[in-house]
Amino acid sequence: MAKRQKMSSIKLADISENYLFILPAVIIFAIFYIYPFIDIINLSLHEWKGIGPKVFVGLRNFKELMSDKIWWKSIWNATYITLWALTFQNVLAFMLALACDREIRFKKFYRVVFFIPPVLSQVVVGLIWRWILNAGKQDGQYIGLLNHLLDSIGLHHLTNDWLSDPATALTCIAIVHCWMGFGWGFIMLLAGLQTIDKQLYEAAKVDGASSWSTFWNVTIPMMVPVILVVVILTVLGSMQAFILVLSMVGQGLVHHTDVPVTRILGAMQGTKEFGYACAMGVNFAIILIAVSALMKMGSNKLKQA
Amino acid sequence: MKKIIALVLLVVMAVVGCFFWGCGKKPVNTNEILIWHWMTDRHQAFETLAQQYSEQTGVAIKIQLFAPPDTYSQRITASAQANTLPDIFGILDKKEIFADFIKYGLVADLTDEYKKDDGAWEQAMFPKALEVNRFTADNIYDVKPGIYGVPIDVTNIQMLYNKDLLEKAGVKEVPRTFDQFLAAVKKLNSVGISGLVSGWGEIWLADAFASNYAFNIMGEQKIMDTYQGKVPYTDPDWLKVFRVFKTLSEAGAFAEGVVTKPNKEAEQDFALGRAAFAYNGSWCVNVYHDMNPDLNYSAMLPPKMNPDRPMKIWGGAGSSFVVNEQSAKKEQAIAFLKWLSAEKQQAYLARETRNLPANRKALAAIPEVLSDFAKVMDNTTHPTIWKYNELPKVTEAFDKGLQSIVIGEKTPKQVAEEVQKVKEREMEKQRNRQ
Amino acid sequence: MNGYIIRRNMRYFVLHLFLMSVAVTCLFPLFYMIRCSVMDNQTIFTDKGILPSVVNFGNYATAWVDGNFGTFFFNSMLYTTSVVIGIVVISSMAAYAFSRLSFPGRDWFYYMFVIAMMIPLPGSFVPLFVLMNKLHLTNTKIGYILCMINVGLSLSVILLKTFFDKMPSDLEDAARIDGCTKWQIWWNVALPLARPAVAVIVIFNALNVWNEFILAQLLLSEEVHMPLQVGLMKFINVHTVNYPIMMAGLTIAAVPIILLYLAMQKHIIKGLSSGAVVG
Repeated sequence: MAKRQKMSSIKLADISENYLFILPAVIIFAIFYIYPFIDIINLSLHEWKGIGPKVFVGLRNFKELMSDKIWWKSIWNATYITLWALTFQNVLAFMLALACDREIRFKKFYRVVFFIPPVLSQVVVGLIWRWILNAGKQDGQYIGLLNHLLDSIGLHHLTNDWLSDPATALTCIAIVHCWMGFGWGFIMLLAGLQTIDKQLYEAAKVDGASSWSTFWNVTIPMMVPVILVVVILTVLGSMQAFILVLSMVGQGLVHHTDVPVTRILGAMQGTKEFGYACAMGVNFAIILIAVSALMKMGSNKLKQA
Repeated sequence: MKKIIALVLLVVMAVVGCFFWGCGKKPVNTNEILIWHWMTDRHQAFETLAQQYSEQTGVAIKIQLFAPPDTYSQRITASAQANTLPDIFGILDKKEIFADFIKYGLVADLTDEYKKDDGAWEQAMFPKALEVNRFTADNIYDVKPGIYGVPIDVTNIQMLYNKDLLEKAGVKEVPRTFDQFLAAVKKLNSVGISGLVSGWGEIWLADAFASNYAFNIMGEQKIMDTYQGKVPYTDPDWLKVFRVFKTLSEAGAFAEGVVTKPNKEAEQDFALGRAAFAYNGSWCVNVYHDMNPDLNYSAMLPPKMNPDRPMKIWGGAGSSFVVNEQSAKKEQAIAFLKWLSAEKQQAYLARETRNLPANRKALAAIPEVLSDFAKVMDNTTHPTIWKYNELPKVTEAFDKGLQSIVIGEKTPKQVAEEVQKVKEREMEKQRNRQ
Repeated sequence: MNGYIIRRNMRYFVLHLFLMSVAVTCLFPLFYMIRCSVMDNQTIFTDKGILPSVVNFGNYATAWVDGNFGTFFFNSMLYTTSVVIGIVVISSMAAYAFSRLSFPGRDWFYYMFVIAMMIPLPGSFVPLFVLMNKLHLTNTKIGYILCMINVGLSLSVILLKTFFDKMPSDLEDAARIDGCTKWQIWWNVALPLARPAVAVIVIFNALNVWNEFILAQLLLSEEVHMPLQVGLMKFINVHTVNYPIMMAGLTIAAVPIILLYLAMQKHIIKGLSSGAVVG
């Protein structure tokens, strides 16, 4: 009897020791993340101008949000950027990683250079790309590099007012976003490729498989877990992107370039609807959690397959 | 092993300890007067003046800068919530929010100070500069009538023209009417010079431009009626306002990319002679001077659409400070602001930062181009001095609509209908709330 | 045979052409920044050549002195090191526990960290400020450090946990039989084995802290506490009219992090390939 009691007290001590490991993380987390978020949920049920009394309005903000076309448009815009990032950015990153995985010259140079864009601050990137995409002219010559280039190679009809044309503004932002982000995908995918046992390639070669079928049957299956992580990080990063949008088109081109975070900031700073802004934040978090849960489920299926 | 446990405990203790250490720490308590502002271009001059003041009076002044203005505004909101506002600060928001700050006891009433000595302080200042900080007897915000802020400078927003470029294009006279303006644009475009550039990526500038024409076309009363919901945005006069943008856009009067241009970039364009006209505030004198000291330009009112009514432009106090009602150093803070708005200091600020002074006696110190701006102060108006203001969501729809028209996406009629729809929805919401 | 060689060479040529063109777009902004930073305000808009005709390094000195970069630089270094060390210690402890130790509610705690990655931060500015103020942590270095540790915590815990999951536990078992405590195993066995993954977390978080300015502006008010990016924001606002000096400031801010990346990049390749992202 006494022994069992001692056992369980040892076990209790053991478990509480285990809790000690996560304690610092949980404390910081609870204070700086959970508490403000509960506050946000609370605020989302109120009407508040940022000063003065908070009026409880129940779920009214959320109801209003459901029929707020601009809000859903901004979600779609973020999705559009994300789709570009998922396809263009990641395919580019994968191609570059494949190239740099081989024994080629200047491998180290490429590896360093491809990571420069993520290192630069988004404000700088926005500034430089605004100059590249500038549509103005001085003394009959295009100021912006892109239009200048198009003009000088005889494609004058393709010159455009890139950031003020609803047909191109968001795409330009998406491409710059991809340009900034592909370095991360590149480096992760390259690392993944390096873990693949080179003997597998040799074996495939001996079996007489073409390089194409080796790619599909050896490389891709081995890369699935890495690709999944890259996909999840891409989705989260792209959906929440906003600094680049602000630095490229200011307060936006009508609503063609609005993304959720700029809408949230706009409601807080511009129209001073803090409650509504918080409702947007909660709504957006729910959407992202749902998307990640779906991706998690999908990835589990893929891994089993 | 003990080392390891000690290390872990240290980390935990450090984390927890930080809070208690933080909690136990008393707020910094000094005799300094603390000022928060957002004016990057004037920071240096403020510092110099604060230094002088300390030397003269022994009262220390501490000035902290937060930029850009969005960040500043957010910080003011957060600090108001946490009740940690400094002794002197500025409110960058609409009059309604200003009124709330007063109602919740965060801003001191300075009326008595202004009225002292037969109103010496009040009379030294430009009335236009004070209006922004004044709540009239019939204000709709339930605020006790009075003056609640101290203007630091005066500003207005109008058009600038590049004399050399106009000459180059053969435009002999500065356009006064809308048709003359369109003709000038045509001539400019034919020699490859852009017409009007402005930083409408900061959308309130486009809003101000529209407001100028609204005043010119229909006058203040009808605008106020619209805000109250008595006149719809589909009214022919409002359609005329929207059509100003369509006409200008179709005539090629706007520089490329105007709708998403940050104002700094627009200022660069004008300073480097990429466009012949600019729509910008009087602060531009300082900016253009730094970018291109040889720029040969002058100021003008936007060309009139309706010859029978005056063109009104936005203007008034450029920036104002208020005193924290809850500050323990209220008296000292007011004394400092009084000193800052006095002739000598205002003249210094006007000279150093090339802004129009708020003190009328300091006007002698300003450069020539600035006096062009000073001359038209009587023509100015500003949303903060209007009796009614538009609901924020309607303003948003209105401004975004202007963008749509400029890029040729929507017609004035479509925009007018959409804005009116938002207006009705927001009015409905307001009624339900009461 | 000849045809084969030509075809192979062609393929390499095309490959390098592709890689080079991407590399050029990556290097271009950096090059442009440096190019502009050595020009002066008069020539910058007129000099159309690729290389500036007059080189003037004085802009760097001006930027350094005018922008008060000395203090900002020191602060950024301090923030980056302390946040990164804090994150590595705290997140590796938690990740180790999530992966190796058992206690009630383990998975729930872990999911909490995963979900936190989905919450957009800008929404919580005002509540965060009010909270920090209650704790008297506004305008203190420690307050900002704790906030930034929190920002990087989720991703780091997740990456490290994935890594520990993949790591064989043989060595740890051996250590346990030798009588080591959990703390010793974590510190002496697991963490050294995870070194490559730690390298990844270091560069991820260092980049994040170095380039952060929004929280810093919200929480800090004294110039003596401000990190470099905030100084840079003000600097940009003051000097937009003087491009070369602004570009010099931007270059100064970019250099340290590029150097850090150069130093860490070998570890990153090693780190990621050791399974940190192979989840």
